[in-house]
Amino acid sequence: MNKVQKYIFPIIFLILIGLSYLFDFASGEQIGLNFWMFFKEMILFLPLMFILIGLFDVWVPRENIEKHIGKESGWKGTGLVILLATLQAGPLYGAFPFAYILWKKGCSIRNVFIYLGAFSTIKIPMLTFEIGFLGLKFSLLRTLITLPIFILIGYLMEWYLKDKDFEVKQP
Amino acid sequence: MKLLSIFTGLCLIVSLIVNRQKTWAGVKKGALMFLRLLPTLVLMLALVSVVLYLIPEEKLSKYMGEGSGIAGWVTAALFGSVALIPGFIAYPLCGILIKSGVAYSVIAVFITTLMMTGFLTLPLEAKFFGWRVSIIRNLVSLAAALLIGLIMGFFL
Repeated sequence: MNKVQKYIFPIIFLILIGLSYLFDFASGEQIGLNFWMFFKEMILFLPLMFILIGLFDVWVPRENIEKHIGKESGWKGTGLVILLATLQAGPLYGAFPFAYILWKKGCSIRNVFIYLGAFSTIKIPMLTFEIGFLGLKFSLLRTLITLPIFILIGYLMEWYLKDKDFEVKQP
Repeated sequence: MKLLSIFTGLCLIVSLIVNRQKTWAGVKKGALMFLRLLPTLVLMLALVSVVLYLIPEEKLSKYMGEGSGIAGWVTAALFGSVALIPGFIAYPLCGILIKSGVAYSVIAVFITTLMMTGFLTLPLEAKFFGWRVSIIRNLVSLAAALLIGLIMGFFL
């Protein structure tokens, strides 16, 4: 996408929502409400996340990451990324920039994808919510079944990408 | 959310005390990355709000409800993969769905796809991982979600 395209669609969308409010167009207003709900969540949470990522980038030395969750880190490394992921909060798209910074600092491909898996499915703040609404049994069972599956996905992605010069890009 | 703010604040203060220059460099780096992503983010959230408007709650419980069989699974997987709902809305919704007769295994598929896959977030994901890898990751996650649902079905 070039620069113009990048900005034109969001701007058109916002103009349409604005017009809907101006002319009392109900569907547009409802979509606007939905949008506002998501936007609020994002704008509160993501800037904090990016500040942390920036600080992480300048303070944490590459050798540390490489040693603990890099290529040769084995099961201990896997455990560490899972622990790291479960302590975080927020939607999955918040994890992509963090995955980038981990990769840049020498985290292995396998652990990057395990991180994404753990981040999306077994974050502790989210689990408390899940237990509240769906019960401990459901939550526990789902966690126990999901855990080995996304570890497997990590191995699978590593195997698939091993000769492909894969890199996580900075957007 | 509160915890994250406090944690970020603390990190920032400690970092400022130790080295002011390094701190600003880090904050600037983070802020720049955020601003570069913002248009894509807004576009993505716009898409999600439109999709969510088109598929209201009552329809969901109808399609995933009792006796829906395979159709229920497909609905759960499809809707879960496309939508992107924050946990504080998704779980209450699941609570309602369970009460209206949706099976636990279907809910497991719904939750897992909701969290692990995001076809509307693909433009964003592709900026980091490239289109091919992003699509593969999403498809593999979708398969994983169905598997998780199947296994859950045996137990609950």
